[in-house]
Amino acid sequence: MDAFEELTNRYERRVYSLALRLLRHEQDAEDVTQQTFLNALEGLENFRGEASFATWLLRIATHAALKVIRKRKGLDTVSLEEATEETDRYDTIPHPEYIADWRQSPEELVHQREVQRLLEAALARLDDRHRPVFLLRDVEGLSVRETAEALGLSEANTKVRLLRARLQLREELTRTLGNPARRVIRGAHNH
Amino acid sequence: MKCAELLAALNEYVDGTVDPAICEEFEQHMAGCNPCQVVVDNLRQTITLYKGGKPIELPAPFRLRLHAALRQHWKKTHRPKG
Repeated sequence: MDAFEELTNRYERRVYSLALRLLRHEQDAEDVTQQTFLNALEGLENFRGEASFATWLLRIATHAALKVIRKRKGLDTVSLEEATEETDRYDTIPHPEYIADWRQSPEELVHQREVQRLLEAALARLDDRHRPVFLLRDVEGLSVRETAEALGLSEANTKVRLLRARLQLREELTRTLGNPARRVIRGAHNH
Repeated sequence: MKCAELLAALNEYVDGTVDPAICEEFEQHMAGCNPCQVVVDNLRQTITLYKGGKPIELPAPFRLRLHAALRQHWKKTHRPKG
């Protein structure tokens, strides 16, 4: 148990952060975190080491969180992913609108409390189809394949959703962090 | 390559997994299109910011409850025999 407790100490913040960002509800995030570690404890012998322990845990947490999201939407039988698969195409991706160099580098920005709030708020505005993909791929560092597997999506669909999420976040962040004096107007951006 | 085509290859380019032939076209386009260059920079910065963020701390009372629940579960499933 000591070894498992050590693993819990190491990964509990990542699991809780993922759950809270997916669900945006503290109690649900706590339930999912607890369920994740209990399931991991029970299924430890099934962990084969094909993925890292962190990836395995994040997968368990993602499944538990998606279950909560589906329940909220009354989609117990229809898969959220399948139901929306065909709408994810490259040709409908919105073009960037607010284009400007940022006033500061990410290294300077990352420690600012205001910026952390901005990042969380922008994440929260992504919809339930795009937020999980961005969180697993870019925040947690899973590969596209691992992200697709965790979410039950095709890799192609995962990539399109990832692009949409990244572009939406770029748009929102640049509106706040961009330097208006260095804004490039979109009219020139269409050839 | 046009701006719209650049957009479709954006993920692979910033992740470093783009096909070398497309990569060359991509960079040629950026060299002559400042808005696309800035979008690519912005996108990289966006990803870097999120990657560099810290995970959220568990509320202290919940952390205690979580560890207690795990210990209890362990005791229940690993009761000494005899």
